[in-house]
Amino acid sequence: MTAGLPERKGPLSDLHVVEFGGYGAGPAVGKSLAEHGAEVIRVESMLRLDGFRTNYPPYTGNVPGIERAAMFAITNDNKLDVSLNLKTEKGKDLAVRLIERADVVVENFTPGAMDRLGLGHEAMVLRNSKLVTLSTCNQGRTGPQANRAGFGSHLTSLSGFTELTGWPDRQPALLWGPYIDYIAVAYGVVAVLAALEQVRRTEVGCHIDLSQYETGVQFMAPALVRYFANGEEMDRNGNRDPNAVPHGVFPCAGEQRWCAISVHDDAEWNRFVLEVGEPWAKEPEFSTAAGRRDNEDQLEELITGWTENQLREAVVERMRKAGVHSAPVNDMGDLYSDPQLTYRNAFQRVDHAHMGEHAVPAPPYILPASPGKVTHAAPTVGQHNEAVLCGILGLSKLEFEDLQLSEVLK
Amino acid sequence: MASSVEQNSAPLSGLRALDLTGELGWLLGRILADVGVKVMKIDPPGGDPGRNMAPVIEGPAGSISASWVAYNMGKTRLDLDLSTEEGRERFLELVSEADFVLESENPGVLDALGIGWEVLQKRNPSLILTSVTPYGQAGPLAGVPASDLELMSAGGAVWLTGDADRPPVRMTLPQSVCWAGSYAAVGTMIAHHFRQLTGQGQHVDMSAQAGLLPALVHAPSFYDLLGENPLRAGGYLVGRNINGAAMRNIWPCRDGYVTWAIYGGAAGRQSNRGMVEWMDENGMAPEFLKNMDWSTFDVATITLAEVSEMEAAIAVFLETVTKAEFLAQAEVRRMLAYVVSTAADIAADEQLEARQVWSEEFVPELGRTLRFPDGWLRIDGKRGGVASPVSGGIK
Repeated sequence: MTAGLPERKGPLSDLHVVEFGGYGAGPAVGKSLAEHGAEVIRVESMLRLDGFRTNYPPYTGNVPGIERAAMFAITNDNKLDVSLNLKTEKGKDLAVRLIERADVVVENFTPGAMDRLGLGHEAMVLRNSKLVTLSTCNQGRTGPQANRAGFGSHLTSLSGFTELTGWPDRQPALLWGPYIDYIAVAYGVVAVLAALEQVRRTEVGCHIDLSQYETGVQFMAPALVRYFANGEEMDRNGNRDPNAVPHGVFPCAGEQRWCAISVHDDAEWNRFVLEVGEPWAKEPEFSTAAGRRDNEDQLEELITGWTENQLREAVVERMRKAGVHSAPVNDMGDLYSDPQLTYRNAFQRVDHAHMGEHAVPAPPYILPASPGKVTHAAPTVGQHNEAVLCGILGLSKLEFEDLQLSEVLK
Repeated sequence: MASSVEQNSAPLSGLRALDLTGELGWLLGRILADVGVKVMKIDPPGGDPGRNMAPVIEGPAGSISASWVAYNMGKTRLDLDLSTEEGRERFLELVSEADFVLESENPGVLDALGIGWEVLQKRNPSLILTSVTPYGQAGPLAGVPASDLELMSAGGAVWLTGDADRPPVRMTLPQSVCWAGSYAAVGTMIAHHFRQLTGQGQHVDMSAQAGLLPALVHAPSFYDLLGENPLRAGGYLVGRNINGAAMRNIWPCRDGYVTWAIYGGAAGRQSNRGMVEWMDENGMAPEFLKNMDWSTFDVATITLAEVSEMEAAIAVFLETVTKAEFLAQAEVRRMLAYVVSTAADIAADEQLEARQVWSEEFVPELGRTLRFPDGWLRIDGKRGGVASPVSGGIK
């Protein structure tokens, strides 16, 4: 273990990754790799800070600051950080040396930016023949819209998600945040690990061109297949469902407490009726799915009348015991005390130099033989300059001190 | 529905998966097929009950669920009765030759059938078994049934979405199955990498509830850092401003909706400036907007009143333009903006067509060919996918 470098454990601990870029889709791929033991060196610059450090509340104490931003902190845990000014020759040279010893480069600059810096895959694979490079951007590196910039929330709308969210009599509602970025993250990690397998077989490096838009439409596939087949659009429909009825979110006692209830066949409806025990539930027009669908407005009002004076936990407990689909609508605070997420250690806590202790979402899957883990808080800008440049690249203390006085490490 | 062409990019070719999954796990097997694994979907006699799930597509030979067909493209099929001795034996023979087994039964169901993890591991020590369940293999909610609505609710996604004056909503097209399937694929691929290093298999335990946490992005951090619970805000974007100002993101236009927001950062300032210049060229930019100093504009600290005044003027202008005009102008003026697409818009999109995202495959259950999104994996410029690409969008 080199001085200043954390010990790495996990199923990917043989991997060396260098990461360029910012925001979500690139760095969150690095997060997944780092949480499973890969050495992920994030190359940053004080001259061009990650938007997750500068433009994204929340900040600790609600005071903006580049080392206080949660978005950066939860996307870059377990990583090393070097600040390299890629506008200087020496800065570029050091980046090249990091790439020369890497298995994987992850980057999400605008298409062509890495090439212009001399750090693109074609140039780098000449120096490191087994290199895998993942380039991810909004719409891919080829085609008429390749250079189109945009944020994840907008791309989420382009990909069709927004149109299908909300009420039929209202305008569409947004999904939270850059929803689509995290779809691309899953496909991006799969692509990197698949490419590494290809390299093991062929001993030749390769480049992945990942379009976030194209991964988004994978999640839209049923609506698109249906449209292609018969020209029918899906419509946003509140919480209603073509298979289950009732199928809704109902108010419970207290402020903004909600529970979900869904009934998927007549047998489940009979269990619901037995548990509720109210005369209205036994009305014959509700006894068949077709009848419940014909009277769904009225049915939802009656269920609301039954749930709204009960505690959310009580309704959910009663439904589950009766064998009816139900769950609390967890708010953000509820997630941290949810018994199942807690059991799975779904959020893991780290101590950050500027933010103090905070929660980081951990991998959603458990690998019993080779678990992933959040071990280190996200780095500050340039936190590992000396450890990486001296400890990994072998610069002398004197060379490093000279660099500190120059523009190279800005 | 076996693949009709040799794939261009099939990094995991030669590896085999047995796919026992229902709805919750369909996408997992599909993604493994996308990267070259030969996936055999094993269904009970009579087929996967999910084939009838609405909405269904009709064809001359019958009908089939749009979701089922979308997420099971590229898999071969075998009907096997795992409740019989012969069925189990045949399955275990296949397991000896398999690299992955994928399943989404309740915890304990495979054990009861005599094909649980211990039996499979004994048969094939390097096997990876991936189980996708609503809440995971163990813990207080393990085995509790949940459909998309319950998972989106328990996973925090429903809380964040919808209009403030009505109950929170899920997206109408089920999403929990996609988050569960895609992140299960991540876990499966990591387990595969570990197996390549050590020869050791394992039982991957994917929780669909936990699989929604990536979709929440930084929303839980508002509670963790500040004790705040971001409330649903319809077409407005919350969580970008320390004064709690929500930014309008969905705007009615002449033929639908467009998406754009007042933003910060260098790119955001250019985007704001581009919008105001476009309005001005049409004589619709009020003086206060023309006089904004974008070089010092900070979206994180402006007040709700400032935001509202700006948005009111912009809304009036956007109602005069079409989606197509908006997309074209956004590109020229470097505005960070897109349209709110319908399926028809996506089907006709020039970029997806140029990138050959669409494939077509004959579906025997329907007796007709279906088009579907396919080629997301692109290695060294070559498109992968489970079928051959087609060009020509549907206008």
